[in-house]
Amino acid sequence: MSDQVHTSETSRSAATPPGHFPPVEDLVACPTCDALYQLPDVPKGARARCLRCHTVLTAPRDGAMTRIVMLAGTSVILMLAAIFFPFLELTAAGITQRSSIMDVVLVFADGPFVGLAIAVGALIVILPLARFLALIYVLAPMAFGWRPARVAVPVFRLAERMKPWSMAEIFIVGVAVALIKVAGLAHLSLGPAFWAFVALVLITAVKDTFMCRLTIWKTLEQRSQW
Amino acid sequence: MVTARSAGLVGCPNCGRVHDVPAPGRCQRCGWRLPGHAPDRSLQRVWAWLLAGLVVYIPANIYPMLRTNTFGRTTESTILEGVVDLIHHGSYGVALVVFVASIVIPIGKFFAIAYLAISVERREMMQVHARHRLFEVVEFIGRWSMIDVFVVAILAALVQLDFAATINPGIAAISFALSVAFTMLSAQSFDPKTIWLDGDMRPR
Repeated sequence: MSDQVHTSETSRSAATPPGHFPPVEDLVACPTCDALYQLPDVPKGARARCLRCHTVLTAPRDGAMTRIVMLAGTSVILMLAAIFFPFLELTAAGITQRSSIMDVVLVFADGPFVGLAIAVGALIVILPLARFLALIYVLAPMAFGWRPARVAVPVFRLAERMKPWSMAEIFIVGVAVALIKVAGLAHLSLGPAFWAFVALVLITAVKDTFMCRLTIWKTLEQRSQW
Repeated sequence: MVTARSAGLVGCPNCGRVHDVPAPGRCQRCGWRLPGHAPDRSLQRVWAWLLAGLVVYIPANIYPMLRTNTFGRTTESTILEGVVDLIHHGSYGVALVVFVASIVIPIGKFFAIAYLAISVERREMMQVHARHRLFEVVEFIGRWSMIDVFVVAILAALVQLDFAATINPGIAAISFALSVAFTMLSAQSFDPKTIWLDGDMRPR
């Protein structure tokens, strides 16, 4: 699965005359450290890393695009469930309080905390959801072997940019900490939305292992020329 | 080892596509802005976001993060007091998580980014591979500081039990969230290629 293909360096250098060397289309510059490689066809399931900084250059997987689309679709459904079902239930002094994720976002919605409400909503619901939808938009046509969608390039670029800002997994850890903080104060039980959210985080992690950015960008480029 | 730059080519920092010189303004494959046209201001951006993050981190620690009201009595707690409370409850593990996420990571990040930015200008410092590792850690770990903001949001949503107990967010929640966001932007503005620019050409 994870045997590495150490890629061969190119013999191209500034001193030698151009012409004998592979065209730029066959070269890859490491996005992190700029080392130049001529990438052979990396077999499915293998991984090519940069020799110098060890950034993964490409890691194609069999049927990756179809799987990403399916997992992203699942995530969308789970997110919708997570938003509207009760998330946590708290009982103290005979009062029961049920909250959904919407409530978590809306606590901040008055006074000086409006901005924070928007930010929390964006980080835990809107950005993850937008990223799943963007991936479906970009990859679904390609999974079927069709031409890429009309604005697939900017949408995929946006999906990449959103990645560090979708913080569903951090939210789960926050829930765990909050549970322990109120444990002495009240009785707590987890609602269905909590489990939907946990499943969503796990599926996102699996989905990201199928993501090979270089393969997706290359496929987008080739198919756009059809 | 040859870099795209030393071969007289331009590599896209996003997707790795290689362009002949003169390179277009944007990558032909992914549309990312290619380096080499405008003067590089990435270090200025790094410092600007870092400074902004540092400035808002100060009120985040001084002002209360949580306002707890139990049976008519209001207590306010800052980030550090929240950690101390957890220790008093005996949940040392959770106290450690919050302490690391809200205090160790943000402060460590200020030093790490400042160090990386300074070492770009003076190259004789730490080894390239170690600096690259440091950058990877900073980028990976920075988002996790947001835990405490989510904890406040969840607590405030849950604990609204009228007279018995209510929890409301404090003003520090805003400045802390901003601080995390600003330092994330600072790390994202840092161009990892500057670590490698004319450093070690040998493979690891």
